[in-house]
Amino acid sequence: MAHEGHEGEATSDSAVYYVPAQSKWPIIASVGLFTTLLGAGMMMNDMSAGVKDSIAHYVMFGGALIMAYMLFGWFGHVIEESQKGLYSAQMDRSFRWGMGWFIFSEVMFFAAFFGTLFYVRSLSVPWLAGEGDGAMTHKFLWPDFVAEWPLVNNPDNQNFPGAKGLIDPFHLPLLNTVLLVISSITLTIAHHALRKNERNKVKVWMVATLILGFAFLFFQAEEYAEAYNDLGLTLSAGIYGSTFFILTGFHGAHVTLGAIMLLIMTIRIYKGHFEADNHFGFEAASWYWHFVDVVWIGLFIFVYLI
Amino acid sequence: MTAVTDTTHHDDHRHGPAKGLMRWVLTTNHKDIGSMYLWFSFAMFLTGGAMAMIIRAELFQPGLQIVEPAFFNQMTTMHGLIMVFGAVMPAFVGLANWMIPMMIGAPDMALPRMNNWSFWILPFAAVMLVSTLFMEGGGPNFGWTFYAPLSTDFAPPSTTFFIFAIHMLGISSIMGAINIIATILNLRAPGMTMMKMPLFVWTWLITAYLLIAVMPVLAGAVTMMLMDIHFGTSFFNAGGGGDPVLFQHIFWFFGHPEVYIMILPSFGIVSAILPAFARKPLFGYTSMVYAVASIAFLSFIVWAHHMFTVGIPLVGELFFMYATMLIAVPTGVKVFNWVSTMFRGSMTFETPMLFSIAFVVLFTIGGFSGLMLSIAPADFQYHDTYFVVAHFHYVLVPGAIFAIFAATYYWLPKWTGHMYDETLAKTHFWMSFIGMNLTFFPMHFIGLAGMPRRIPDYALQFADFNMIASIGGFMFGVTQFLFLFIVIKCIKGGEKAEAKPWDGADGLEWSLPSPAPYHTFTTPPDVK
Repeated sequence: MAHEGHEGEATSDSAVYYVPAQSKWPIIASVGLFTTLLGAGMMMNDMSAGVKDSIAHYVMFGGALIMAYMLFGWFGHVIEESQKGLYSAQMDRSFRWGMGWFIFSEVMFFAAFFGTLFYVRSLSVPWLAGEGDGAMTHKFLWPDFVAEWPLVNNPDNQNFPGAKGLIDPFHLPLLNTVLLVISSITLTIAHHALRKNERNKVKVWMVATLILGFAFLFFQAEEYAEAYNDLGLTLSAGIYGSTFFILTGFHGAHVTLGAIMLLIMTIRIYKGHFEADNHFGFEAASWYWHFVDVVWIGLFIFVYLI
Repeated sequence: MTAVTDTTHHDDHRHGPAKGLMRWVLTTNHKDIGSMYLWFSFAMFLTGGAMAMIIRAELFQPGLQIVEPAFFNQMTTMHGLIMVFGAVMPAFVGLANWMIPMMIGAPDMALPRMNNWSFWILPFAAVMLVSTLFMEGGGPNFGWTFYAPLSTDFAPPSTTFFIFAIHMLGISSIMGAINIIATILNLRAPGMTMMKMPLFVWTWLITAYLLIAVMPVLAGAVTMMLMDIHFGTSFFNAGGGGDPVLFQHIFWFFGHPEVYIMILPSFGIVSAILPAFARKPLFGYTSMVYAVASIAFLSFIVWAHHMFTVGIPLVGELFFMYATMLIAVPTGVKVFNWVSTMFRGSMTFETPMLFSIAFVVLFTIGGFSGLMLSIAPADFQYHDTYFVVAHFHYVLVPGAIFAIFAATYYWLPKWTGHMYDETLAKTHFWMSFIGMNLTFFPMHFIGLAGMPRRIPDYALQFADFNMIASIGGFMFGVTQFLFLFIVIKCIKGGEKAEAKPWDGADGLEWSLPSPAPYHTFTTPPDVK
């Protein structure tokens, strides 16, 4: 029987495709996910109903702890298996397909929000101002409404007071664009170094990437504080605030996730994991990082610039 | 559990399943997981079915007799959600789990632990979804399409949990789909080229792409709902510059591919069964593959045909009308090929064949009423009437559900090692066939006559047809207990099944003994 570690053609190594034995992690993950979402739902309903002193946040915190335990345990276990050399070249390809299509699903998640932005900007806001088929809505509901983008005077300014000011794209956002683009470059340098087995170089450039990533998050938080405190640009500032925060917010969440992945990869580098020709965990994290970078370019252009 | 190392060698097929209840919780075996998916699906089928029985009982006569209108709304909503996300989709994933590795000569699914997680999210999501019915203010009452602002400004508090249940179901579907793609693209036996794959594998590959493309969009839609409800955003509120119609666009961008997610695997099942019992190879294999791919592509550019009456621009109405009509072309190719497969075949009519022939005939009826609905000016008349209900039940019940029944009977001997009781199964078929047609055929007439959907009461002139529909519905519902009995009886015993019990059947799964051993194809077979 063939053995793992072969790099042969598609089929030579399939005889030892690794089918893991029973695992407790999926069921723990299900319980954790359920508990977290149950707690989150209870918290949100309490918040909207004005209820205080409920157990909701304990439920959510408990769920989050279970999830954290699961993530450490499950990924730790996979890393252990990988270090033992249980994964064949074919298994490696399964991971590649899996990660690739997971990132595609993330692309479609962002597509929903970008689609919302484009639809609102080019169709529904002009319609509200009386263009095309929207003439009657305009005449009878909000005759004074004028289409503009960024939209700061909403149709119903009572309930949705618009922002008083806008983010200057050439201040923090431009800085963040530069940070993120450079971080993609430093990550690629680290990757090339890993392929040449220059471990010290990998460490330096990974740390540089991490610093850039966390700096991005820091400035993003500063931008949010500015939006809320000085500009009146909030979640309830109408559709401009809504699209602004959902796009930048989910992007920020993904950067956080990506930065955590890179942090783990850096730790693994320090522990001596990965080989020059076999390091898919590292590559997956780097794919993910490039993906959040590309999303940011789209954001910078369509949310901030034009 | 820390001892999970290299316990799985190529000789692992000598080990059977683990003992006890924890086997099912911890399993990484595609057959175990497939069985759990199928049983879960059946439980949800009965749950959603019970809700349909409540709906039909209320509509048995005009007037309000049994339930409050508010509860009636919850029943129509939950019936739809449970049947779509709980019954049909998990049943197909269950069949994929069982059959795809055996059909392509793979040892298991590509990512077995993630496979377990995909399944075990479902019961938790179902608990969260069904529990909304018992919360203050009742469960979701806005229809399975949950249009804003009914689902945002005017929704009960339980909507928050409905949203999270949808998130969980979406995570499960995406992971399931990723697993299926990785399995098909990476784990085929040597010689099993793409164009040699059984059509069930092909249709599932394309379905999985659809799932990965649209489930995240649904997640985006419900996330925006959640933000509108709790965090003051105005995505679907025109007062803040948003648009309630935007919700419908996003929902149907998910929703139209979603309805094909529920039918494409059926195409694959029927394309396996018709040749087996007509004892002829499938007519036009290559054109079948291209037809499925075309249908999948078109499903992304037809969504607004669900929205002809909301006031979209004329250009939009025309584009979506013609794009929708185009779907009839690849669908026509498929129906032509199925009929041609049977033409001059030496046919026998075992239960899987009966369900498959009923599929071809009745799905075509549902397809034609779909073509009628695609005509935008005519749709203004049909929209939100029982005609629409008749249409989508004709494609879903004899489409998706009959195909699942057909698949179950076709592969039960392989799964259990026993033949099912043919007489009882034929009874199940005829009762289902008659019950289903009695239920849904009259809905075409009352719909065209103007009876609106999702209303617990109706005008007197609709009384007779509604009573017929209710009687048919009860008949269809009760019959499904017979199905349960047949399956259990088959698991418990019965005539021993040969490796290949259907003499016209073709495919790798029939080269395995019946019942299929716990681990199969640990060494890949050679496909000529």
